[in-house]
Amino acid sequence: MEAWRGFKGETWKNEINVEDFIVNNYTLYEGDDSFLAPISDKTCVVLNKVNELKEEELKKGVLDVETKIMSGIDEFEPGYIDKENEVIVGLQTDKPLKRIVNPYGGIRMVYQELDAYGYKLDPEVDKYFNKYRKTHNDGVFDAYTEDVRKARHVGLLTGLPDAYGRGRIIGDYRRVALYGIDYLIEEKKKDFKNLTGDMLEPLIQLREDVSEQIRALNLMKSMAGKYGFDISKPAENAKEAIQWLYFAYLAAVKENNGAAMSLGRTSTFLDIYIERDLKEGKITEDEAQELIDQFIIKLRLVNHLRTPEYNELFAGDPTWVTESLGGMTTNGKPLVTKNSFRYLNTLINLGSSPEPNLTVLWSYHLPENFKKYCAKISILTDSIQYENDDIMRPIHGDDYGIACCVSAMTIGKQMQYFGARTNIAKALLYAINGGVDEMKGGVIIEGIEKMDDEYLDYDKVRKSYSLVLKKLSKTYVDAMNIIHYMHDKYAYERGQMALHDTNVERLMAFGAAGLSVVADSLSAIKYAKVKPIRNEEGITVDFEIEGDFPKYGNDDDRVDDLAKEVVEELMADLKEHPLIRNARHTLSILTITSNVVYGKKTGATPDGRKAGVAFAPGANPMHGRDASGALASLNSVAKIPYKDVCEDGISNTFSIVPSALGHSLEERTEKLVMLMNGYFKQGAQHLNVNVLNREMLMDAMDHPEKYPTLTIRVSGYAVRFNRLSREQQQEVINRTFHGEI
Amino acid sequence: MVGYIESVETMGLVDGPGIRYVVFMQGCPLRCLYCHNPETWADRKENPTTPEELVKKILRFKPYFEDGGGVTFSGGEPLHQPEFLLETLKLCKEQGIHTCLDTSGVGKGMEEEILKYVDLVILDIKAVDPEEYTKITSQPIQTSLKFLELCQKMNKKMWLRQVIVPGLNDDEEHILKLKHFIKNLKNIENVELLPYHLYGTSKYKKLGIPYRLEGVPAMDIDRCKQLQDLLTK
Repeated sequence: MEAWRGFKGETWKNEINVEDFIVNNYTLYEGDDSFLAPISDKTCVVLNKVNELKEEELKKGVLDVETKIMSGIDEFEPGYIDKENEVIVGLQTDKPLKRIVNPYGGIRMVYQELDAYGYKLDPEVDKYFNKYRKTHNDGVFDAYTEDVRKARHVGLLTGLPDAYGRGRIIGDYRRVALYGIDYLIEEKKKDFKNLTGDMLEPLIQLREDVSEQIRALNLMKSMAGKYGFDISKPAENAKEAIQWLYFAYLAAVKENNGAAMSLGRTSTFLDIYIERDLKEGKITEDEAQELIDQFIIKLRLVNHLRTPEYNELFAGDPTWVTESLGGMTTNGKPLVTKNSFRYLNTLINLGSSPEPNLTVLWSYHLPENFKKYCAKISILTDSIQYENDDIMRPIHGDDYGIACCVSAMTIGKQMQYFGARTNIAKALLYAINGGVDEMKGGVIIEGIEKMDDEYLDYDKVRKSYSLVLKKLSKTYVDAMNIIHYMHDKYAYERGQMALHDTNVERLMAFGAAGLSVVADSLSAIKYAKVKPIRNEEGITVDFEIEGDFPKYGNDDDRVDDLAKEVVEELMADLKEHPLIRNARHTLSILTITSNVVYGKKTGATPDGRKAGVAFAPGANPMHGRDASGALASLNSVAKIPYKDVCEDGISNTFSIVPSALGHSLEERTEKLVMLMNGYFKQGAQHLNVNVLNREMLMDAMDHPEKYPTLTIRVSGYAVRFNRLSREQQQEVINRTFHGEI
Repeated sequence: MVGYIESVETMGLVDGPGIRYVVFMQGCPLRCLYCHNPETWADRKENPTTPEELVKKILRFKPYFEDGGGVTFSGGEPLHQPEFLLETLKLCKEQGIHTCLDTSGVGKGMEEEILKYVDLVILDIKAVDPEEYTKITSQPIQTSLKFLELCQKMNKKMWLRQVIVPGLNDDEEHILKLKHFIKNLKNIENVELLPYHLYGTSKYKKLGIPYRLEGVPAMDIDRCKQLQDLLTK
């Protein structure tokens, strides 16, 4: 076949197997960044237009909303930014940054979103979705239990995807480029034929799913056709490969508004096509970079219609177009190519940006030059996150990608049922307050004894906490099963799932917020004397601490073990309850920016944290409690177990002032590489790196106009600083800055 | 045997090569005008630590040392607790950890034995002129010069440092004198001028110690760079 000329290997030719194609054909690159090309004239024109539009959008909130046509793969007319200068085409709607209404997750949410920006839904559509079409949100609330409703109301469970798209599904968008749509349809039809047996619910459901998937594949073909491309056959060159892959991704973001719509692991795959074109003399390095730059511009344009409340939780209008770079093969060869560099180079050519969420899969054995280049780009742009390939590869193989911030999944073979998180610091207060919510009142968890001791007794509190976690786990699993049953039923991501194996493994991702607060609180109760201050109803409103206690973030096993115990226990409790569709339980310690809101909704805690004060993000220690420097803090986080416990990720954000890293850019780069080598060697999972000055952030708070593209990393993703609320900006600044005297 | 440690910094990135675990030891015989760690002056005997306990803590950071980092003993003046320092250094070397001594060279004996276990000496040259030295540190210069001589004799690798304070030693004449002084030394891997800063002043207030450089501004970083160039280029 012309499209596959020169490609090696056999297995991938006889079955859908992109991983096999990659390992057989990629060209390892161990050199430095000197080959990289600057931005092209065409890209410059497109970029300028996009930047203008984004600026306008920032002023208005949203630029435009399509209120007549609803989300769907092939619903919109083709759209362009500057057709003449675009080398990669395709937009979510017919205009750049025009947002899509997606009512399948829930129509109520759509009203809130439209109201917030002064738009109104077309009456016809309005009628259909109110009268004739049930949504995911309707389904969920038809089935929710009383316990789930209560836990949701007080914020014991929050951010649940029960009224919006769950996201965190990565289609294997590369399949479209490598095989073309027709072959994918053929294979799905074969699968469908083989789905035989007793027609009971699981099989019926899967047969319906596959039928929907085939429908979606046909829609993708039609959508691409409107842009003048025939993607029924495999891509024949680099430009087509990028374009085909992008159309596949575009189908996903036209159809779904999932919280995180990640891209997967595409750079090394695409490098194979670019290398072939370069060898055949069909393109130059400048043109290769131009293709990647323009592809990345498109990814930066992806957006969804959100409510202001959503933004309060997940600041900065994120879409989590996460792309995973680097990593190693299972045979120990780095998966780094020139294209891994080109992707990172977009942060220079196009300016720093939160999206796509560039994630480096770090291994100690990555080429030194690549490590240095990553560190350098981190220092210059603060736009990269790092995750430990050496601990994820043994679980997910060498073709996994990160969805959202820290969730690993094998591309095309695993998908996730996203489950937001539970507030385990609030749960600890329930253990002390007899299951009563300390902010809103009322018994949220039944059967918990109220404590009236003058000083808290560690064993008693710990035992009560275990009981709370047990009961909470049941409620949490119930909520998740209901949500994802309904999501599969009413808002099934047929396009993305068409780019998965038919028999996909499902990971149900639970999450916990407030880990450091819990660890320090338990430590305070255990090692110091903690006296609760109670109101008339006997509910704690504050705590007095007598004496000192070990604090999480100082590499002190006495408290770090408490944190470890809690996550292990929570995971064991969750596993007691079966999941729909044979899903596997996973857990994350990740808050994104929601640590601010969680803190706001949580009363004073026994560690001395006052009511309403923000939690530390993710698995970070609380601000200012790490007294022995940054590495002690990293060591504490590195103890939180990944394998079998927190397999959905353990997020850690690290900020350092440039001068503390060293004198020159070269020295800083070297030190940052050493730092990451050391951190990840201990089995830690994730690190967000910010190299910036506190003074600069304070200035940016008061003079946002001076820093239009200032990007910083907050747990698991990057964000434009000027898109954060003032409260969130303050929280970022308060966070421990390492290296200050 | 026990030692007294004021604090530690687990991520020392400028006090020696690679990533350093920096041990700030309690006690110092000098009273430098610009000292930014006055809390380490007194011979406070709080939180006694054994060499074994300290090394156990240091070993937790070994993964970070593998690319050329290690432990740095600073202070205070690490030579001020010679027995403890020696024992800890020995244990570090047994564990294959790179050791660095950040010192003014003013100790209490045992220097030759101690230096056997030191891979790199960071010597703070307060001043090369005896009078100026005393003005800055309140002590005579001889002890530190002897220490430097010993380091030279033992062929120790060295980094040299000097704090530059406006109006005190920020003129070219001073720098050229220093340059001349260094020219006659061997095994010098790095010479660094540190711009005087004001971050330590609040500590004096807390401790109730009068601050003798009141009103002296922080050293201009660009000017300090110029002087650095004059010194090393």
